Amino acid sequence: MNVLSEWAFIGVFFVLAPILPAVPILLGGVLSPKKPNAIKQATYECGVETVGDTWVQFKVQYYIYGLVFLIFDVEMVFLFPWAVAYGQLDFFAFAAGVLFIFLLSDALVYAWKKNALEWA
Amino acid sequence: MIDVPSFAELNLEVALPGIFLALFTTVLLIVDLFIPKDRKITTAHLTIGALVVAFVLNLPAFNAGETAMNEMFIADAFAGFVNMIVITGAIITVLLSVDYMKRSGIEHGEFYSLLLFSVSGIMFMGSANDLIVVFIALELLSIPLYVMAALRHDDVKSEESGIKYFILGAFASAFFVYGAALIYGATGTTNLPEIFRAIAGADGIVATENSAMIYLVIGAAMVIVALGFKVAAVPFHMWTPDVYEGAPTPVTAFMSVGAKAGGFAGLLRVMIIGLPLLVVNFGDAVETMAIGETITVPSAWQTALWLIAAATMIFGNFIAISQTNVKRMLAYSSIAHAGYILMAVAAVGTVQITKVAENDYTMVAVYAESALNGALVYLLAYTFTNLGAFAVVMSLENNDGSGTMLDDFNGLSKRHPLTAAMMAFFMLSLIGVPTTAGFIGKFLIFDAAIQAGLIPLTIIGVLTSAVSAYYYVRIIVNMYLKDAAVTDEAVGLTPYVNYATIVAFAGTLIFGLFPMLALDLLASSGAQIATLLF
Repeated sequence: MNVLSEWAFIGVFFVLAPILPAVPILLGGVLSPKKPNAIKQATYECGVETVGDTWVQFKVQYYIYGLVFLIFDVEMVFLFPWAVAYGQLDFFAFAAGVLFIFLLSDALVYAWKKNALEWA
Repeated sequence: MIDVPSFAELNLEVALPGIFLALFTTVLLIVDLFIPKDRKITTAHLTIGALVVAFVLNLPAFNAGETAMNEMFIADAFAGFVNMIVITGAIITVLLSVDYMKRSGIEHGEFYSLLLFSVSGIMFMGSANDLIVVFIALELLSIPLYVMAALRHDDVKSEESGIKYFILGAFASAFFVYGAALIYGATGTTNLPEIFRAIAGADGIVATENSAMIYLVIGAAMVIVALGFKVAAVPFHMWTPDVYEGAPTPVTAFMSVGAKAGGFAGLLRVMIIGLPLLVVNFGDAVETMAIGETITVPSAWQTALWLIAAATMIFGNFIAISQTNVKRMLAYSSIAHAGYILMAVAAVGTVQITKVAENDYTMVAVYAESALNGALVYLLAYTFTNLGAFAVVMSLENNDGSGTMLDDFNGLSKRHPLTAAMMAFFMLSLIGVPTTAGFIGKFLIFDAAIQAGLIPLTIIGVLTSAVSAYYYVRIIVNMYLKDAAVTDEAVGLTPYVNYATIVAFAGTLIFGLFPMLALDLLASSGAQIATLLF
């Protein structure tokens, strides 16, 4: 069994991958009309123009909220399939889910008691 | 019906000490919230209690050899010994922390939870039988340490210590994962005994002969880089002095023994169980052999470990000479001690090939067992000795972190004769003077290295040991022969720190006088050592 020949498939991708974006860019450069003006030449920026200085201090609470949100976020991802298949699960899978919920609520109780949920 | 394993198949009771400790820690985190701020000593007592229970639960591991969780986890004498080292180390660390944290104003109940998480990570590392478990254990042991290093968060040095350790540690973890992926790619498995068998090849042709060889070698190199970082081996040591100096001293003490034990447990597991017989150019080596002849060849990674071990011993010892801060000196000396243990790991890579008949060979990593015993006994000795040395340094340290310079030890024998005597003993043990545990560890490692034919490396080890005597003895000289300029009271000399010093002293002395106590525990670990027949 030759490992290299298996990797050759990935090698093909390495060759093809740069070609796909390069061809449209080159075609666009050759075919498109060029009528530059000041706005077109400006650096591309999306969204609304910023008001005031961008270097402002964020409240650290945002960060903590984000972390606590993650508890529920991840919980949902794993608990939906667990809940859907609930009827077919044996004791082991049930216990695994309960352990997972325990660990998450452990973190939640900790965050709660440390006043992370209060907007102060 | 969904196919899930049952509890009985998982054999979870084999992993009981680690599971108990991890679960206890999650509960402790909540319990601590309801303990008033001025009674955090209760958390410390609970922590010590849990560690003692884990120690007892761990005792059956010494004569078991059972696997759990679909062979990902194993409890054998190796695992039992690593657990014993780290649990004892953690108990001493808790004793060291109680008063220190209080008097430096960084007393948080979370500290004990983080410590226990890290301990359970190291315990899982000792029992790892699979590259995935090694990785999870590596993260579980490191992440709490990143936080603990930055615990003194109003101090810039401590913050720097945490950030430096975190960024470089994450980098090292990435190396490990890449290396594990390459090993998986070459062998098709992450299970360490399976990797070992895959190298043998199904049809009796060593897999090292085919094109997968290069991936195995690169993978092994990356694993060495990642775990070399954890044990602070040169050239992956750059973080060590800064992190050790900036972190709160009990954390430094635990890092220097705990993280090191964890890193070496992982390195030994991967190298001894998984990759001991990774011989490049097997065909060329056996070409001219006659039937019945035995030759000795190096494993592919032996030269690399040889160089790392030599560089680590030389660099660590020579830089330690120029240090004037004892904490920093112990950091460099901890680099040097990693070098001695790496010497034992390098000794594993000496492979004996015997030609039994035409196309019929046996391959044995003959010195794996003596090297393993040497490395583990050395780790045990180093744990007691180094924690003892840190305990003494801490008892002299002032609340603002000063008081750890060499001159602060002047005349200690007159101010605190007992503490000075024990410090002198710890220094002698770090040098490796007989009747100390450090001597037994060094003796076993040098013995294994000489057997494995690593004579130049052993000579480097002996010479650098002699060099190390200079800076260790200097402390003894300061304590006994110089007079103190200042006669301030050592604020850290509290009962708990004294208990820690006494426990460390007892361990250093007992294992120095009766090394068979440790060696008997390890007697059955040899069963796992690799032999290959084809």
